[in-house]
Amino acid sequence: MSTAVAASPVFVPAARDRATAWIAAAALAALAVVPWGLEGGASSLLLALRGQVSHVVLAALAAAALFCAWRGLDRGTALAAGAAVLWTFAAGFAAGPRGTSFGLGAAIALIALTACFARAIARRGAFKGDPTVATIVVVIAALLAAFIFFPVGKVLSAALLDDTGALAPRLAAQRLLASDIWEIQCLTGGTHCGVAINSAVLATLVGLLSTFVGLVLALVVQRGGNRYAAVTKVMSILPIVTPPFVIALALVVLFGRTGIVTTLLNTWFDIPRSRWLYGLPGVALAQLLTFSPIAFLLLHGALAAISPALEEAAQTLRASRWRIFRTVTLPLLKPALANAFLLGFVESLADFGNPIVLAGNYEVLSTKIFFAVAGAQHEPDRAAALAVVLLGLTLVAFWLQQRWIGKLSYVTVTGKGDSGLNAQLPPWLRRTCFGLAVSWFAFTLVCYAIIFTGGFVRDIGRGDMTLTLHHLSQGFAIDPSSTATMFVGSAWDSLFTTLKVAAVSAPLTAIVGLLSAYVITRHRFAGRRAFEFLTMVSFAIPGTVIGVSYIVAFNVAPLELAGGMTILVLCFVFRNMPVGVRAGVAALAQIDRTLDEASSTLRATTTRTLTRVVMPLLKPAILATLVFSFTHAMTAVSAVIFLATAKYNLATVYIINRVEAGEYPLAIAYSSVLIFIMLAILLAVQALVGEARLGRRATPMLAGGG
Amino acid sequence: MKPPQDGVVFDRVSKRYGDVLAVDDVSFRVAKGELVTLLGPSGCGKTTTLRMVAGLEPVSEGRVLIETTDVTLRAANERDVSMVFQSYALFPHMSVLENVCYGPLSMGTDKAKAREIAHAKLRTLGLAGMESRLPSELSGGQQQRVAVARSLVLEPKVLLFDEPLSNLDAKLRRRVRQEIRELQQELELTVLYVTHDQEEALAVSDHIIVMDRGKIAQQGTPRELYEAPASRFLADFIGDANLIDGELSGGAFSAGGVSAPVHSGGTASGPATLAVRPHRLKIVDAGRGPIPGSCKRAAYLGSRNEYVVATAWGELLVFDDDANDLRARDSACALDFDPGAVILLAR
Repeated sequence: MSTAVAASPVFVPAARDRATAWIAAAALAALAVVPWGLEGGASSLLLALRGQVSHVVLAALAAAALFCAWRGLDRGTALAAGAAVLWTFAAGFAAGPRGTSFGLGAAIALIALTACFARAIARRGAFKGDPTVATIVVVIAALLAAFIFFPVGKVLSAALLDDTGALAPRLAAQRLLASDIWEIQCLTGGTHCGVAINSAVLATLVGLLSTFVGLVLALVVQRGGNRYAAVTKVMSILPIVTPPFVIALALVVLFGRTGIVTTLLNTWFDIPRSRWLYGLPGVALAQLLTFSPIAFLLLHGALAAISPALEEAAQTLRASRWRIFRTVTLPLLKPALANAFLLGFVESLADFGNPIVLAGNYEVLSTKIFFAVAGAQHEPDRAAALAVVLLGLTLVAFWLQQRWIGKLSYVTVTGKGDSGLNAQLPPWLRRTCFGLAVSWFAFTLVCYAIIFTGGFVRDIGRGDMTLTLHHLSQGFAIDPSSTATMFVGSAWDSLFTTLKVAAVSAPLTAIVGLLSAYVITRHRFAGRRAFEFLTMVSFAIPGTVIGVSYIVAFNVAPLELAGGMTILVLCFVFRNMPVGVRAGVAALAQIDRTLDEASSTLRATTTRTLTRVVMPLLKPAILATLVFSFTHAMTAVSAVIFLATAKYNLATVYIINRVEAGEYPLAIAYSSVLIFIMLAILLAVQALVGEARLGRRATPMLAGGG
Repeated sequence: MKPPQDGVVFDRVSKRYGDVLAVDDVSFRVAKGELVTLLGPSGCGKTTTLRMVAGLEPVSEGRVLIETTDVTLRAANERDVSMVFQSYALFPHMSVLENVCYGPLSMGTDKAKAREIAHAKLRTLGLAGMESRLPSELSGGQQQRVAVARSLVLEPKVLLFDEPLSNLDAKLRRRVRQEIRELQQELELTVLYVTHDQEEALAVSDHIIVMDRGKIAQQGTPRELYEAPASRFLADFIGDANLIDGELSGGAFSAGGVSAPVHSGGTASGPATLAVRPHRLKIVDAGRGPIPGSCKRAAYLGSRNEYVVATAWGELLVFDDDANDLRARDSACALDFDPGAVILLAR
């Protein structure tokens, strides 16, 4: 009888793998002709010819990788390519701040060599022998390591190490436990609390209130029948198109010292003008208005998932409406309520836009971190320590969510379609909820009305409502006769940069996110769970922490990106990636896996399966990810406020700067322009998708009938 | 006469998922031009076996050969096999023609040539005129034929079917299985076919391999399996059977104090199980047969009468093919059978 193959549960591609050789050749070509450094200049090969040892070694390793790949010597390819990548980083970091910063040539060569390494180890049996999967996983993991874990790690170490780079536990403890972070005098009658306590108090308050408001709105909408379907739609769009400080701006216009309402109260009732808005009440109010739509969406979904049969059962057991609500509906909502609270908590912690406008003397972590970096006394160590505290608080919240809600979850949706009617709320409760919901809506409406009119009157902050286009033209004037540029308005540059960065980062986000989703859902390989975790981690890191990390990590050679446009793009790609992953995972779950297998038995390679079968079927998810990452790149503030520069300014940062300079009308006018642009994009995409649905190609028979 | 050439050789293959042994040291051959069915209850390892032949699952141990080539370490797209999936797995975003062209284009055939051979296959399967339709615009039977055309167009050395009829209604199922069988014989295809339906297996196969809990329980021609099952499991799984535990001594089988003559064949005397098909039992008037009993249940089914008869051997199922009048419930009767038409299994 034959000898059985040793337990080797992998396929080894039989054909010689030319693709690996071509990728190695591309790496070598990049080394030969593309400028290595950030400032342009010579390619790696030229530098090697000039006698730079590190580049001689790199060229030799890359050539070895190409030779081995061409001859099918997979072990050699893996060793040479892997060594080349490690050598490049080692040499780069060894050269220190005065070395050459990696530029385009380095980027192409590094990615190509990483791909070579991945394909070669796949041919040696890793990743079940699938070179495409190996490439996706290894390259994305390497990118995440470079652009999430390296910078965040660097901030952690900045908080834990002393000036000489040695581990300094005492110094670290001093920094992390500093009294201005943790003191709790305000609770015991004093005036001041630590900034972490402030953040935690604010976050708890906002978490509780937004959950409550979300629940009230969800009860009105979900138990009110189809009448309020439009509400759901508006609420799902609002958070997407609203830059995070817009509500704060509107509140200033309404309740600031010279605000409309303040002035009215002053003239009518002689109530003295005060600065009550600047502090905990103002920030909490702004965050409440900003984040309750998110709580609403979550709770609306949870309410809809409660099977009517359960409430009907309670009804037939003679329970009153109040008893049903108290003993059936509310307990079933518990996991969703906890989830909404934690989400509000985390959003509030990470929020930067509202506190920067409204916090005044009430210091919170996100703004304090910013001022530690950008303020008069430049204190990067302190910023690092604060970032660690903020990250710690956020991770604790996420950890609680995982631990606690995982156990709480009740599955109330069964496979069978439960028909029936959800129970009515008790009349008094319904009326209370309705009243609250209407007031919330009226208030939100007023805020948006302020934003949309504020930019077009002379000074809404002081009640001067004379119509004018002055602010708009200050920002967006066009002078066709001008020789240098026709866009002479002061805001054009930041708008163009924003659109450019958003347009570049959106497709990259979609690619990275959906490819990750594909390998996570469709392939089984060692380390799959770890990879999934890696792709989702950046979701839990507050933007401020990312911003500080990027500034700390990427301001010196060899990874010197600060001040450029690349760092903005990278920041958006890796921050928005988890959304792409989630969208892709959800969409792929709907697509029958046997389609991939059929493609494979029809001789298609994994790459062909991806491009011809998976990607076309993922179109809706691709579109959703594109829209999300585009709009998110246009509204984000917290991370990029550290990264934007005078040369590459972004719309949101420009607006924040106007607010700080007291130029509210221009800030408001610009905000309304941003909202208009994003609404236009959203509606255009919806129109396009809607049309596609009518087309005959959009009724896919996804499961084939099995 | 030259010996038949091998189409598939499955050589001592095992498949482990963690600690679970899904396929346990299984070996079989499929001769060229033959249709072999893997039959068994769900979870017996038949689909895993098929997927290992396709290259969709790597084997844990053993070898897989397609004709004379060892493909154990080749992935699905590098094996000369095609598969028709239970769900058909037609690409929903491609027309019928694009679906059928997909394989040739994957192999690098140029577009015109691919279209030409795709058209030819579609004509063979009676799908001419459907080329530009989407899968969602076809009936279940048509989708199934497109799936077959898509697999056949590559002219694979082995064609695999994974429960291809389970999404069709009962009438269509009968017709389509005949079509598959005719196509296979006409084109002399080598086919490995998975089903859990024993009637389907009997109808289409040259050979049947019955699997149970990851192992081969028995293999043979349909007739061999039906007439000479090797175990209680097989006797019960393929066709209906009355199973009676008793004692074999000399030329008689006895249980519950009643004995009847049987041809023992090679079975030694001692404890044995008698398996007898319901249509091999004849229901006769009381006293005319060796096994007395009474009709517990009687039903008229058109082509036959069905009885459950309470006897000392237990309750036995009897098919009475004659257009006799239905016997009354609880009436006394007796059972008789041809001593050569029963199966004896040693216990």
